Amino acid sequence: MAALSDLPAWELRRLYRRGEVRPTEAVRAVFERIDAVEGVVHAFLSLDREGALKEAARWDPLAGREDAPPLAGIPVAVKDNICTRGWLTTCGSRMLEGYRPPYDATVVTRLREAGAIVVGKANCDEFAMGSSTENSAFGPTRNPWDPTRVPGGTSGGSAAAVAAGEVPLAFGSDTGGSIRQPAAFCGVVGLKPTYGRVSRFGLVAFASSLDQIGPLARSVRDAALLLQVVAGRDPADSTSADVAVPPYPDMLTGGLRGMRLGIVREFLGDGIDPGVASAVREAVGIYRDLGAVCEEVSLPSAPYALPAYYLIAPAEASSNLARYAGVHYGYRTPDAVDLYTMYARTRREGFGAEVKRRIMLGTYALSAGYYDAFYLRAQRVRTLIRRDFEAAFARFDALIGPVTPTPAFRLGEKIDDPLQMYLSDVYTVPVNLAGIPGVSIPCGFSGGLPVGLQIIGRPFDEGTVLNVAFAFEQATPFHSARPPLVPHAAAGSGGGPTR
Amino acid sequence: MAYQTVIGLEVHVQLSTASKMFCGCQVVFGAPPNSLTCPVCLGLPGSLPVLNGRAVELGIRTALALGCRIHPESQFHRKNYYYPDLPKNFQISQYEYKDHPPLATGGALAVPSGDGPVRVGIRRVHLEEDTGKLVHAPGRSLVDYNRSGTPLMEVVTEPDFHSAEEARVFLIQLRAVLQYAEVSTGRLEEGTFRCDANLSLRPPGGPHGIRTEIKNMNSLRSVERALRFEEARQRQVLERGEPVVQETRHWDEDREITFTSREKEEAQDYRYFPEPDLVPIQVDPAWIERVRADLPELPEARRRRYVEVFGLPEHDAALVTASRAMAEFFERTVEQYPKPKIVSNWLTGDIAAYLNATGREVDEIPLRPAALAGLLGLVDAGRVSGRSAKEVVEEMLRTGRTADAIVEERGLVQISDQEMLSAIVRDVIAEHPGPVADVRAGKEKAVAFLVGQVMKRTQGRANPAMVNRLISEQLHAG
Repeated sequence: MAALSDLPAWELRRLYRRGEVRPTEAVRAVFERIDAVEGVVHAFLSLDREGALKEAARWDPLAGREDAPPLAGIPVAVKDNICTRGWLTTCGSRMLEGYRPPYDATVVTRLREAGAIVVGKANCDEFAMGSSTENSAFGPTRNPWDPTRVPGGTSGGSAAAVAAGEVPLAFGSDTGGSIRQPAAFCGVVGLKPTYGRVSRFGLVAFASSLDQIGPLARSVRDAALLLQVVAGRDPADSTSADVAVPPYPDMLTGGLRGMRLGIVREFLGDGIDPGVASAVREAVGIYRDLGAVCEEVSLPSAPYALPAYYLIAPAEASSNLARYAGVHYGYRTPDAVDLYTMYARTRREGFGAEVKRRIMLGTYALSAGYYDAFYLRAQRVRTLIRRDFEAAFARFDALIGPVTPTPAFRLGEKIDDPLQMYLSDVYTVPVNLAGIPGVSIPCGFSGGLPVGLQIIGRPFDEGTVLNVAFAFEQATPFHSARPPLVPHAAAGSGGGPTR
Repeated sequence: MAYQTVIGLEVHVQLSTASKMFCGCQVVFGAPPNSLTCPVCLGLPGSLPVLNGRAVELGIRTALALGCRIHPESQFHRKNYYYPDLPKNFQISQYEYKDHPPLATGGALAVPSGDGPVRVGIRRVHLEEDTGKLVHAPGRSLVDYNRSGTPLMEVVTEPDFHSAEEARVFLIQLRAVLQYAEVSTGRLEEGTFRCDANLSLRPPGGPHGIRTEIKNMNSLRSVERALRFEEARQRQVLERGEPVVQETRHWDEDREITFTSREKEEAQDYRYFPEPDLVPIQVDPAWIERVRADLPELPEARRRRYVEVFGLPEHDAALVTASRAMAEFFERTVEQYPKPKIVSNWLTGDIAAYLNATGREVDEIPLRPAALAGLLGLVDAGRVSGRSAKEVVEEMLRTGRTADAIVEERGLVQISDQEMLSAIVRDVIAEHPGPVADVRAGKEKAVAFLVGQVMKRTQGRANPAMVNRLISEQLHAG
């Protein structure tokens, strides 16, 4: 049997039901693995050993019962921009160092109701702005496949923790690719649900009209399980949709016969790494073998997605992040002389460079006289992109393409070149602008680094997206490849800070 | 040169909802600081607003009462600016931009004037959230977020006023409408009804002049005085041949002047954009009809009813219906003492004077309708004289005690004992031969002197009708 910490959640659940393993053992294995690899990976910003073991002990006698909730006794990591009551929630920012929210995000409440055990808060780019997790104020996370490379971002901690076998499941958030891109870089499954599918209440906002919480896992089935417990209308989030939640795990039939898949032409053009392009082309061949009809499709407005995104997202961010001003929570400069210097110095000292860059961009885009030319025009582009997808979905059941133009890049490689960094989201951003679901699944390697395949679906059709992903996973070995990190169950010590 | 004054008003009304605009926190005046707060109205990271449907309904009510067009879909926007009383550093409001209308636009309110009702245009009605409050202590400032997120409605008029008086009369009328529609308590002093004004001068028929915005007017009286001052100030500026500066000016109640705010007058850019955390407000015709069916009687309808049903003169009806509390008080009193004109006389006389002097509404004083009806009953029964009644009501207004108790305690019961009064009249006639001779000579005015003497001896408690009759009988018998 594989090490407990390397088992998928659905397998753990089966072992609990059969009485072969107890949650306490699984949680201990998780912390042993964390201790063994955190010194290299640094996926977590805080851990809650004591609380997690206490919760596990509570589930020990219950997790095996027929009526146990779906994630009873399953360890989960949560990105540090998702509020956990009384537990550090820093968003990877000096601004919220030491901040403990007085409430749980809706996804955390639903996780706990489903029996899951939150073991730690995962590292991320500051306020979810970036593509490499290098923008965390508390140090970068490293890619388990190659510690000299980034895990992607902004949910780099969540993706790396899952890839390194530290936890079977994690939550990330995706505003422009922040779940799918790190999932691709780390060789795991990462799903961005339809905008409105999962409550944003308690997700610290970056760009409200684009942010969405979603699962990261080592298998499609696990991602479906995790989505299942958090999807659905939440009265506390006005933008959460009142659309019925189907039983996602039951929709994983693997049957693709007659299914029509569109290969996005614009995603396989200039600037793509040859290894990535060939892995994606091979994936298309596999889908044909599985009985799907694969044809090229064009999204003519897709090339304008990135510039539109870099107006809309910073515009919303400039307003969302205005509250961090040192008044009643978070960092306050010690050198406030008056109200103005308190604001200016608090924000100068509390925010990192990328956050400040986006606040300035967004403030500019919303300014009187520029609003029409920038923000409003970007919103029009957004409408065009949505229409492109609608047209494509009139002909296809799902669209496929790469997640990123390249595999994981080196730490420091792009940190001083924001435009190069932004380009790593070029294939993921259109999906956020259209508000539709997209998943990244492992589909091969380029230069020894994982490559992700993106599957994009109609609004609220996560079921089809996941089933298309599942069929590929059943037919290929990529998801079971493990990074050449410290072997499981090896002794070691280290470990991150505690909550 | 003669100038025409042009005034427009922006009225902020606190809506009478149980909970805040975007969260479930209670709306209560005077609770301990920061006790009525939650992650949403504190603007904590990750919190999201959820619209209070009741607030929208009160907005629809107002729009119906003002004859506005209610837009089937309207949106919230963020108004971005930094201030410590604004926890998110943006205010959720409704901005009018291109294809984004506010909740309602284009209504009117008829306002009484010397030349009959005048129509004042209502430009728009929109919803927004209130800020917290700063409390300044020596060396530091504190923030109380209890008021943060309280539902506000902004009513913006067209620049249809040409004098401070017109603006004041409009505010009284608007406040009455809001009170009748049960939208707001409408109290300026408590800040549930606040008003800013724009004022400019122009040559008759000429283009609009540069306007100033006047803030910090805390009562109807200060609105009128502030606008009068600003009107005169601008006139002087123009007559000196100088331009009026477009700026925000604050009314200083004590110095009775408007002064320019010391804040930097750089043009504020609020960077409005649609609030992405809220979905548009959808108002379907069925909802509007439900609200319309539920709309209470408005001041104009009630004024007509008072004239037609109670037979009040127009003037009385207007005064009694000017505030909803007053009208309710009137009707409750008339239920128990069915002489509407007499009740109206008391309400618009002694009682109104007391309310004006104390700055309170009739439902905020101890006097209750039943007690007033009781007093008027005593007058009718001849147990209290009209003069004493004024004295009694004065105490009733302050203490709320019953007329019976006050009359008893003060010994104000009217003397209607014929034998006792006859004896006093006899003495007075004997002691004042001069006036008696005058009466007999046909100088009826002298009767009043004799009645006065009787009143003096009875400390005003003698039944005046009976005294008159007795004097007449004794003189003509003698």
